[in-house]
Amino acid sequence: MIRYSTASAVALIASLGAANAETTIDWWHAMGGELGTKLEEIVQGFNDSQEDYKVVPSYKGTYPETMTAAIAAFRAKQQPTIVQVFEVGTGTMMAAQGAVVPVHQLMEEHGEGFDPSAFLPSVVGYYTDSEGNMLSMPFNSSTPILYYNKTVFEKAGLDPETPPKTWAEVEEFSKKIMESGAASCGFTTGWISWIQTENFSAWHNQPIGTMENGFGGLDARLSVNGPVQVKHWGNLKTWADEGLFKYGGPVGGDNAAPMFYSQDCAMIMNSSASRAGVIANATDFELGFGMLPYYDDVEGAPQNSIIGGATLWVLSGKSDEEYEAAAAFFSYLSSPEVQADWASFSGYLPITSAAGEQMQDFYAENPGADTGIKQITLNEPTENSKGLRFGNYVQIRGIIDEEFEQLLSGDKDAQGALDSVVERGDALLEEFQNQNQ
Amino acid sequence: MKRTIFSNQLLPWLLLAPQLIITFVFFLWPAAQAVRQSFLREDAFGTRTSFVGLENFAYLLQSPEYFNSLKVTAIFAVSVTVLSMGMALLLAIAVDRMIRSTRVYTTLLVWPYAVAPAVAGILWWFIFNPTIGIMPYVLAQVGYDWNHISSKTDAMMLVVIASAWKQISYNFLFFLAGLQSIPGSLREAAAIDGAGPVRRFFDITFPLLSPTTFFLLVVNIVYAMFDTFGVIDATTEGGPAQATNIMVYKVYFDGFIGQNIGSSAAQSVVLMILVLILTVVQFRFVEKKVAY
Repeated sequence: MIRYSTASAVALIASLGAANAETTIDWWHAMGGELGTKLEEIVQGFNDSQEDYKVVPSYKGTYPETMTAAIAAFRAKQQPTIVQVFEVGTGTMMAAQGAVVPVHQLMEEHGEGFDPSAFLPSVVGYYTDSEGNMLSMPFNSSTPILYYNKTVFEKAGLDPETPPKTWAEVEEFSKKIMESGAASCGFTTGWISWIQTENFSAWHNQPIGTMENGFGGLDARLSVNGPVQVKHWGNLKTWADEGLFKYGGPVGGDNAAPMFYSQDCAMIMNSSASRAGVIANATDFELGFGMLPYYDDVEGAPQNSIIGGATLWVLSGKSDEEYEAAAAFFSYLSSPEVQADWASFSGYLPITSAAGEQMQDFYAENPGADTGIKQITLNEPTENSKGLRFGNYVQIRGIIDEEFEQLLSGDKDAQGALDSVVERGDALLEEFQNQNQ
Repeated sequence: MKRTIFSNQLLPWLLLAPQLIITFVFFLWPAAQAVRQSFLREDAFGTRTSFVGLENFAYLLQSPEYFNSLKVTAIFAVSVTVLSMGMALLLAIAVDRMIRSTRVYTTLLVWPYAVAPAVAGILWWFIFNPTIGIMPYVLAQVGYDWNHISSKTDAMMLVVIASAWKQISYNFLFFLAGLQSIPGSLREAAAIDGAGPVRRFFDITFPLLSPTTFFLLVVNIVYAMFDTFGVIDATTEGGPAQATNIMVYKVYFDGFIGQNIGSSAAQSVVLMILVLILTVVQFRFVEKKVAY
């Protein structure tokens, strides 16, 4: 304790000496554990690389907690300069026009040599306005992929090197796996909302809402109750009844990954960013990677998958010096070296093409690590597969989970459940529209 | 009786000031804010605010989710109260009949009360976790497929057990004190008149315990309705399909997660009114019936 306070006293004196010229900005983030350590390392790298600016990262808990903290701080005029917000908070952040400084504007005014075309369209597309201007800086983006257990595949008499490509194969493989007794369930999934609804729709080039999935304006409404989605939810229910599919719980599906690790389920669909975690836990079996399955009778499938994760938003009410610091930091963050380092460490996607090229060696050494990037760049994004932008979307995701649970419990059929998603979601969208007009 | 007269008019106010300030800052002011917010519609950042009158309340009354929450709260509060009071009474009677080691049992039984609701929630979440928990494993042996992630009934049972478990200690202490204050001579007299243990309990003990029981009833309902946020947040987060979304949790979720501050404020105003009613009930009835 004494040593600690001596050290901090020394640090304080040292910082007093250096503080004259330095502009300090706060960055509130939601990266705990190893990702948080890595993030601090990156910030340290920036702080050491120059003497004019200093970024101070603070961990604020989960994504919703970080966003809530930033909003409360903004109301109290104590906001940080940069805040990390998850993708479903995008609608809320965007609508708060007086509260945020769009990244394209920040970089035009304060950044040097900033080239928006260097970024991957499938990543930044999610975070641009209807004119294609970047609103926030992508930091950690991922996309769902398929992980499968090669050992179980082999036991079931399947080719361990061939993951299922279509949902028909998922069903067929799962049946073989269960009948042979190689595992007690075929597949599970994280994120019913993000993976089996939003990404599923983009992957099959189906809209989930009107007006380009909400990109077109606040009066967009949901349209996720289309025939393809209804068919898929109906199948999931059938497969759940047959035991081929096991539900891992709402939101991220906390119980899905353990079922895959314990070899109860032979396949899991989950974020590409959980790669490191999956590898660490797949100690007793051989792990394989594949793209998300699709229905081959749907025209245009597979299209491209969409991303999840979080971006960095700049809040208003700060001085020019602070914005200069933020712009310098963003230039540093999007440099190929930093991006490649962060992406290979975490499993998140690189956000610039240059970083992607730098990672070729890493991809060659780590088979399957490029599944995510291949998937999001599979085709030029359409208006159905660019992403989505709706207000109150945290709650709408909750509604998707709830209605899926109603479907599983047999209270509703797939059509009824998705109709309710649309009806209840639209009420929230209307409320959001009223709040923001 | 000697009355103290303060010659200084200011001194009493000064002595009261800390309490008054705390009450104002932490109770009255936030409550007033909630009432104000309940009439407003606002975006998350507070950059656009408009007065909407009773629209937030009207919206609640049209919302099937809100009525579901009311129903869930009622089921939850009654179940927690019945379970925790029933168990506590049984334990208190058992301890009351013990001749030795009464103190040891009393001490042990009070322990859970010291556990924070969130910790209690995590504890039961582990025990009942469908993938790694011990109880689902045991239940599977007798043919029950426990899964509080997809089954509404299982989820409700989980939060009721976790919440009631914590409250048993508190109830137990009051019941034990109540039992020990009943004169032994009354029960002896009944025994001499030929009443068996069951008869003695229902004719002598239970009626004499009624002030304690009524007091605990109110305290437990209030506990179940307002103090179990931690348990819910740590176990089910209101799910599945809103099956455990009690009113307090819905206020938090709609306001803090959903950023719908107007609706959240309207819900907390409704809750405030409910607390008021419960407090009135407590004072009107408990004060009259409890024999100190």
